[in-house]
Amino acid sequence: MLALQIMVDGFAISTLYALGAIGFSLIFGVSGVLNLSHGGIMVAAAVAAWFIAGPLGAGQYLGALGGVGIGVVVALVTYGVVVRPIQRSRAIPHDETEIFVLTGTLLWGIMIQEAIAYFFSDSPITVRPLISGVVDIAGVRTPANEILTAVICWISIVLLWLLVNRTAVGKRLLAASINPRGLTLLGFELSSVYLMVWVIYGVLAAIAGVLLATFLGTSSNNIGVLTASAFSIVVLGGLGSVSGSLIAAYIIGYLETATAYLLTPTLRTIPSLLLLVLVVYVRPQGLLGRR
Amino acid sequence: MRILSALVVLLALATLPFWVSGYILGVLTIAYLFGVFAMSWDLLFGFAGEVNFGPTFLIGLGAYSAGLLDNHGVPVWLCVIAGAVAAVFGGLILAVPALRLRGPYFGLITLVAVLVLQQVIVIFAGVTGGEIGLTINDVLSLDPGHNYWLALGFLLISGIVLTLFSRSAAGLILQASGQDPIEAQVLGFNVVKHKLAAFAISALFSGLAGAMLVFYLGTASVDTVVDISVGVQIIIAAVLGGRRTIFGAVIGALFLIIAGEILRPLGQLSTFVVSAVALGVILFFPDGLVGYLLRRRERA
Repeated sequence: MLALQIMVDGFAISTLYALGAIGFSLIFGVSGVLNLSHGGIMVAAAVAAWFIAGPLGAGQYLGALGGVGIGVVVALVTYGVVVRPIQRSRAIPHDETEIFVLTGTLLWGIMIQEAIAYFFSDSPITVRPLISGVVDIAGVRTPANEILTAVICWISIVLLWLLVNRTAVGKRLLAASINPRGLTLLGFELSSVYLMVWVIYGVLAAIAGVLLATFLGTSSNNIGVLTASAFSIVVLGGLGSVSGSLIAAYIIGYLETATAYLLTPTLRTIPSLLLLVLVVYVRPQGLLGRR
Repeated sequence: MRILSALVVLLALATLPFWVSGYILGVLTIAYLFGVFAMSWDLLFGFAGEVNFGPTFLIGLGAYSAGLLDNHGVPVWLCVIAGAVAAVFGGLILAVPALRLRGPYFGLITLVAVLVLQQVIVIFAGVTGGEIGLTINDVLSLDPGHNYWLALGFLLISGIVLTLFSRSAAGLILQASGQDPIEAQVLGFNVVKHKLAAFAISALFSGLAGAMLVFYLGTASVDTVVDISVGVQIIIAAVLGGRRTIFGAVIGALFLIIAGEILRPLGQLSTFVVSAVALGVILFFPDGLVGYLLRRRERA
């Protein structure tokens, strides 16, 4: 019974983690950017969804759509205002671009956090679930919204897989991650590829943010933790490996859920952090990473 | 000329307790200790080329060790030394395996170390005071002027030691190891040994400053010495002032703390404004304030 409960709850949480982390991983794989404002984009989308659905009274569906839209806009602003200028700056030595992107996006994440706290609030908010009701899965009473969350996440993941592996746009993304110079030599504009990947990233992160808020609630204070968890999942799975992130998300999601149910909820994150440290020591490239 | 002007500024700073209010002295005391945090971080980042996302792991170890010992009746000066020892010890345990890793991986491990420390403090709330914080009964001194001088003197000594180290032969090797580890190794230098030494020195000053901060504030809490946001502030201070300059980190820290105080009437927006300014500096003057001035002088 308890095992089944852990299975069901862990599945929904892990799937959400996966969706959040896959976008993060994709950006790193294609353009080498570790975006430390990731949590900020997720929470901005969630707060927008809450605001449109609640105070503006547009209902939960329009709210969720609007939230995703805002998430994409914030992601594009992150790229246009922070990441791109740093990458193109002549004053920044080439081999130090990475650390400047890290610091820059970190600062940007703090700005998003403070702006949300100032204009809305920093107390937790919950986005209204897309559907209500409870479903009985072999004796485990599960909110229907939790099932819908897992389904939407998996549809998004499958769509992303199709996009990357089955379309011309996706092939360009793959090529950019393998050999950007080769792609430019073939006459493709690299910056439009990057723009594309940031749009995809924005959609993924925003969906994850909105769904997470219908499920666990969210607040601007969560931004740092969300970024850290995406970062850990991606490193555990292997930087740049999308399937690695997927596996790692399930490992961490289940480990956390099992700890919360079997030991105590306060220890929730400890085993996954220790596992992460262990994996990084033994196998720095992560589970499926390439060196 | 440069040394002379530095001496004049230093003398002016040393006489502050005679003519400014206790409030200003308090702000500056914290800013000086913060300057030591930022300088220690710059030694690792600017010179060793390692991004340490967890400066607060070292600071927190120093702060909490000192605070816990003090509650068991150990004299204050011994607590401060013990805090520094604990920080160096913990730092080495972290760094020996972590230095095998490069770039983002090293950064991640240091980030996780902070998260683990934070959780441990919260879980053992019975001993550490948990999220409320640890109350400390002793203080360095009751007089704000004395505290100010202690912090200023400590900042000065740390600055001199760190600057001398960074300009010594070992410092140059460290810099080479940070910029091109393979070439440094080919030249016969032990890269790992130098980086470990840098980590130990960084930990020593972080731990000392953390312990002093605790005795100044009279409390050790997760929010003031361990939380990631504190670490982020240290990183911002060092990058803002100018990486690879040591001295720049102090200017960055002074700017951050003082700007935070001045902007306090803005409430929550003050952090937003400070972050925006820091982001602007990174985008337009990536060498930082001090780095920019140094470079302009070189060109002139």
